[in-house]
Amino acid sequence: MMLPAVISGFALGAVAPWVVRAVGARAHWLLAVLPAVLFVYFAGFLPGVAEGQVYRFATEWVPGLGVTLSFYVDGLALLFALLISGIGTFIVIYTGGYLHGHEQIGRFYVYLLSFMASMLGVVLADNAITLFVFWELTSLTSFLLIGFNHEESRSRRAAVQALIVTGGGGLALLAGLLLMGAVGGTLEISELMTQPEVLHGSPLYTAMVILVLAGAFSKSAQFPLHFWLPNAMEAPTPVSAYLHSSTMVKAGVYLVARMSPGLGGSELWFYALVIFGAVTMLTGALLALRQTDLKLVLAYTTVAGLGTLVMLIGLSAPLGYKAAAVFLITHALYKGCLFMSAGAVDHETGTRNPLELGGLRGAMPITFAAAALAGLSMSGIVPFIGFIGKEVMYEATLHLGPVGGVVLTIATIAGNALTIVAAGVVVLRPFFGERRKTPKHPHEAPVELYLGPCVLAGLGLLAGIAYPLTQDSLTAPMMGSMAGTMPDHRAAELYLWHGLKLPLFLSLLTLGLGIAGYVYWDRIRESLAATLRAIGWGPDLGYDQVIAGVEWLSFRQVRVQQTGYLRHYLIVTFTVFAAFVVWTLMTVGGGPSAFEMPAVRLTEWVALGLMVMGAGAATLVYSRIAAIAAIGVVGYAVALIFVMFSAPDLAFTQFMVETLTVVILVLVLMRVPLEVRAFRGLGARIRDAVISIAVGVVFTLVLMGVVQGDLDLRLSEYFAETSVPVAHGHNIVNVILVDFRALDTLGEIFVVTVAGLSTFALVRLALFKRKGGAGEGGGA
Amino acid sequence: MNSVILHTATRLLMSLILMFSVYIMFRGHNEPGGGFIGGLIAASAIVLYSAAFGATWARQALRVPSMSIAGCGLFFAAISGVFSAFAGSPFLTGLWWIPHLNIEVHLALSTPLLFDIGVYLVVIGAIVTIALEMEEAED
Amino acid sequence: MENVLAIVVGILVACATFLILSRDLIRILLGIAILSNAANLLIFTAGRVTRDAPPLVPGDLEVPAGAYANPLPQALILTAIVIGFGLLAFALVLSYRAYVAMRTVDVDAMREAEPPYPDQSPPTGEDGRQTPLRRRGAAGTPTREAAQ
Repeated sequence: MMLPAVISGFALGAVAPWVVRAVGARAHWLLAVLPAVLFVYFAGFLPGVAEGQVYRFATEWVPGLGVTLSFYVDGLALLFALLISGIGTFIVIYTGGYLHGHEQIGRFYVYLLSFMASMLGVVLADNAITLFVFWELTSLTSFLLIGFNHEESRSRRAAVQALIVTGGGGLALLAGLLLMGAVGGTLEISELMTQPEVLHGSPLYTAMVILVLAGAFSKSAQFPLHFWLPNAMEAPTPVSAYLHSSTMVKAGVYLVARMSPGLGGSELWFYALVIFGAVTMLTGALLALRQTDLKLVLAYTTVAGLGTLVMLIGLSAPLGYKAAAVFLITHALYKGCLFMSAGAVDHETGTRNPLELGGLRGAMPITFAAAALAGLSMSGIVPFIGFIGKEVMYEATLHLGPVGGVVLTIATIAGNALTIVAAGVVVLRPFFGERRKTPKHPHEAPVELYLGPCVLAGLGLLAGIAYPLTQDSLTAPMMGSMAGTMPDHRAAELYLWHGLKLPLFLSLLTLGLGIAGYVYWDRIRESLAATLRAIGWGPDLGYDQVIAGVEWLSFRQVRVQQTGYLRHYLIVTFTVFAAFVVWTLMTVGGGPSAFEMPAVRLTEWVALGLMVMGAGAATLVYSRIAAIAAIGVVGYAVALIFVMFSAPDLAFTQFMVETLTVVILVLVLMRVPLEVRAFRGLGARIRDAVISIAVGVVFTLVLMGVVQGDLDLRLSEYFAETSVPVAHGHNIVNVILVDFRALDTLGEIFVVTVAGLSTFALVRLALFKRKGGAGEGGGA
Repeated sequence: MNSVILHTATRLLMSLILMFSVYIMFRGHNEPGGGFIGGLIAASAIVLYSAAFGATWARQALRVPSMSIAGCGLFFAAISGVFSAFAGSPFLTGLWWIPHLNIEVHLALSTPLLFDIGVYLVVIGAIVTIALEMEEAED
Repeated sequence: MENVLAIVVGILVACATFLILSRDLIRILLGIAILSNAANLLIFTAGRVTRDAPPLVPGDLEVPAGAYANPLPQALILTAIVIGFGLLAFALVLSYRAYVAMRTVDVDAMREAEPPYPDQSPPTGEDGRQTPLRRRGAAGTPTREAAQ
């Protein structure tokens, strides 16, 4: 049942354009049924998962390689699956309003639904290879989504950038997963996670962690790979809302959480996650404040949110897991809502610049209400889930001990305060203050655009008020997945009121700092912009430099490797061949051991002598006729050898073929003159002679080695013994050709036919063109 | 080439060589010979003919386009493998039918024989095509 | 005997390689012709050679009496000969068409698919000078003479 659920998105995506064509402008309501049904299906797992059960579904895929289509539902996977399908439902509906009348909307649904299915695959996959395949599918489908407006070069650049960064990280992830599989002896992640001591004890542990984290960090836009995420805002708003609230970028967070019971617990893991997470949190939150585009502000706060999540998971403590679980829900709900309402504002007013917006609360009351609720949750106000999240977060960082705890708490306070400023920019600026003139006259957005924000914002409130429910069904099971065992009730406990303790004061401090920051936002923005201008370099520019460097390198390399001169390629090929075979003969062996002069009959000497002389003459003479004659001599001498060594059929064939070869050679060479320019200089001839002799010697050595070894004659003996009784033929060679190995022969006469047909085409096509007046040549 | 001797000899040799090629092809299962060799011999006969009288006359003498001969041969070879399907055997399994007409005539019909005829025709068709096309090609 | 054949195969391969490394398309094809003979001989030798014992079952016997030559490589080579011929013939026709289209058989001059870089010099070692052997065409232009 799980496999159809996961891939149903691909199936529906494949037919989405026809659905749009058939249903028309209201297709999104129909298409949204699938994610809604999936949401209900996943919700059915909630009671079981809340009790600590896990569900596993497996279908054979490539059994020989240990690759199964196995899926695994536990607290972590289920929470993600619910977010993906639930928010996906509203995104599909939102798309119908946002891209209303867009002629390519069908194509958009193809990408969007495929992306949703890939994302579900990532979070539900249990087999490492399955996980990787879906992981790369999310990279590919997000590439298509980000580049949806492919006529614009900025979109194309953003799409390619996202693909290179996340796809490249995916390759690192694959290497890491395979290492884990090799060490742990299984590719099923659920089994790997039960043997942390095996993974930790392996000398490859460091490599595993670095590779897996490279994949996770690139996907989740951790500093310094965060630059692709804001650039991806080139995509239409539904994409931003979906990819950057709950899905694509959370895949890295998911991965870190998923790997935490197996790989977590070491110092490397702790410091990598906490340091990268904290730096990303601060960088993202700071950079958010210098933006003058609602979507970019949200994008950078997303970067900050991702950093926060990675940091919290990195704490590797129950409190950290609890904070991560709560913040994950908080962030998905408010970020999805705010992206969608920012898109609605853009849709209605024609601008996303907060400096140009103001006083929209009267014109767009419903959107305003949703955005306000989400903004309150983002700022961590009672009784929203965001408040709980912030309390738990401070509790987790304070728990770390005197030095680390203080540093990390201060960083978290700073990050959260900056996030509050961003919330003000996104919510207060557009909706309060005086009305400003905007490109379009604003009205309330259509229902498609505010339905999602309203539901998500409402859920943010509900999850906070009904916190025991949130705890039992969502956060506690997710903590269990990250820790490896279900937490007891005390460890998982959430609360709205915990007494007058330090976290509460820190929350108040954060709020105060945030309000102050919002008041001075204009100044902060300008000084930030000035600082960044002074630095003048950023990872985004670095990306361009790396790409330019790679292009330069490949250009130089092509210059060296692909000269366009046939002989260069051939010289390299022959030299490498000779050198490698000699190297193998010297290191592995297989060459001849001794040379004994056999008894050779006089007639055989004659044939061999003719052959050598013919070949030598063909090499040395420049006259065409002489060369043809020499080639003929070689061929007939080979035929003589076949006669003398019991191969009458071969001799026959060789005689006939040699005759025809000479005929064809004469026919061609009659028309092609000797090219005097094409003679080689002395230096080139010496070089070529050295290479040729080396190749010849290698052939002789290998062949001598072969004939001095053993020969397996079983097949030949089988053919000889069954030729008459089974195949009614006395000529064993012919029986092999037309009976035992007839399929090979059939293939070979196909080749002969194709050779004839190609000749016919080459000559006739040229004649035809000539006669058709299309000018000379072209046939070659 | 305008040589009376060549013309006369070719007319005589042509039929002899062609008959010989068929003989070589048929005896191939038990003696040296077979479709490849027979085909090469027959092709050389036609190439000889075209050398004596020119490609146009050689085509005339063939009566059918040379590539059709090759195609026909490929068809025979492929179809010979299909018969075994009726006997429930894999593709290209040899089937034999040896009717006992009387003691004197030893006749053996088989799918490998049909296959070898196919090879024979393919070799003739392809090689004659290459030779005649080259002979006629214009710069 | 196989050892001697191995040496001969080596010589044929060396000659073929030398021809294939040439600038002249026709000489490259001559090299391919020799190389295909060498390859056939190589397979033949690798399957061991036997004198005066063709792989034929005498007419009244069910299995060959006494020694017989290894039939398997012979079957392989037989088709290889014919295919090698088909390949060579096709390559010859192709070269002929290339000559008709470009009026040269100098592979260094055939640069339509991969035009030279603006600053690229021809491969070193070839001075392109005319040898005194044939000096009928004007210097630097392809000579149009029939086969010698």
